[in-house]
Amino acid sequence: MWRWFHKLGSPKWFYAISGRWLPWVAVASILLLVVGTVWALLFAPADYQQGNSYRIIYIHVPAAFLAQSVYVMMAVAGAIGLIWKMKLADVMAKCCAPIGASFTFLALVTGAVWGKPTWGAWWVWDARLTSMLVLLFLYLGVVALQSAFTDRNQAARASALLSLVGLVNIPIIKYSVEWWNTLHQPASLTLTEKPAMPADMWVPLLIMVAGFYCFFTVVLLMRARVELLDRERRTGWVKDIIKAK
Amino acid sequence: MHPIRRQRLFIVLFVVGGISLAVGLGLFALQENINLFYSPTQIVEGEAPDGQLIRAGGMVVDGSVKRDTDSLKVEFQITDYAETVTVEYEGILPDLFREGQGIVTQGRMAGDRLVAVEVLAKHDENYMSPEVAEALEKAGVDPQQHGKPAADY
Repeated sequence: MWRWFHKLGSPKWFYAISGRWLPWVAVASILLLVVGTVWALLFAPADYQQGNSYRIIYIHVPAAFLAQSVYVMMAVAGAIGLIWKMKLADVMAKCCAPIGASFTFLALVTGAVWGKPTWGAWWVWDARLTSMLVLLFLYLGVVALQSAFTDRNQAARASALLSLVGLVNIPIIKYSVEWWNTLHQPASLTLTEKPAMPADMWVPLLIMVAGFYCFFTVVLLMRARVELLDRERRTGWVKDIIKAK
Repeated sequence: MHPIRRQRLFIVLFVVGGISLAVGLGLFALQENINLFYSPTQIVEGEAPDGQLIRAGGMVVDGSVKRDTDSLKVEFQITDYAETVTVEYEGILPDLFREGQGIVTQGRMAGDRLVAVEVLAKHDENYMSPEVAEALEKAGVDPQQHGKPAADY
C-alpha cells in the first residue's frame, strides 16, 4: 500500500498509471452524463410547484457539489505539498484551481437563472449565495497567485497557504442554510436522511453527480499530465516518451 | 515522521485551526446581521428598526391575500405561527407566491405594517411530481407541510 502510494507520487509512475485510467474514466463520465441528462430532461416528473424549471438542479447541484469537493482537494493537495514537498501534490493543487472556479461559476449562474422565475430575483445577498461568491473569489485568488510567481515552489507555497486559509469557507457554505435565515432552501439530498424528493427525481440527480465527478477526474488528469510533462521536460523519462512518438 | 515535516504539519494545522477559530468567533458576533430576514416575532417585539429598509420572512397566512381590483396593490399577512405582520405591496408577485407559501419581503415598517418594495418567494427543499401532490391533497394532507416541517417558520 505505502509502496503504491510512493510510486504514485513519482511523476513517471503517475504519468503511466493515469494514462491507463484516463480512457475508462472518460467513457464512464460520458455514459453517466448522457444517461443522467436524458433521464433528467425527458423522464423525470415535473415539480408540483415549479413545473419544469426545477430541472436546472441537474446541473446546479452537481456543479455546487464539485465546487466544494474540488476546493477541499486543492487545499489537501496544497497541505501535502507544503509538508512533504511532493511535486505531484503541487501539480494537483495548481490544476484543481481553474476547474473548481469553473464549477463555482456554473453553480452561481445556474442558480441565478433558477432564482429569477422561482424567487423573483437573480441575486440575493443571503449567506449561501454570498459564501459561494467568496469561494469563486478564493479560486480566482489561487489562480492569480499561481501565475504571479516565476518560481514554481514559491507559487505553490503561496497558493497552498491561501487555499488552506479559505478552507474555513467550506463548512460555512455547507451549513449557511441551517445556521442563518436564508432565501436558499436547505439541502434536498443528504447522506443521513431520506431525500426530500421522489426516487425518479433523485436517481438521475445522483447519476449526474457521479458523471460530474468522473468528468472532473478526466479534466484534472489531462491537465495534470500536461503540467507534469512541462515541468519534467528535462528528465530522462519525458525525453524517452518524446523519442518514442 | 521526519521532525521538520512534523513541524510543518503542526504549522499547517495551527494556521487552519487558528483561522477557523477567528472566523467562527467573528461570525458568531455578527450572527444577527447575517440573517437575511427578520421573523414576524422579531418585528412584533420591536427588534427591527423603524423606517429603515429591512427584510421580513414568513408564511403567507391562508385567506389573508387581498388584491385591489383596479391596480397592482396587494395586501397580505405573513406569520411564523407565533406572530403575524401585515404587508402592503404594489407590483408583480413571483409565480410561486400563494397562500401558505414561504416568502421574503423587503420594505420599511410604517407603524405595525410593512410597506414592501420587493417580494421574493422562498422555495423549500421538498420536490414532488404534480400527481403525488394531488394524491396527497385528496388524502387530506397539505403537500406544503409534507415531509420535514420548514425549520425557520
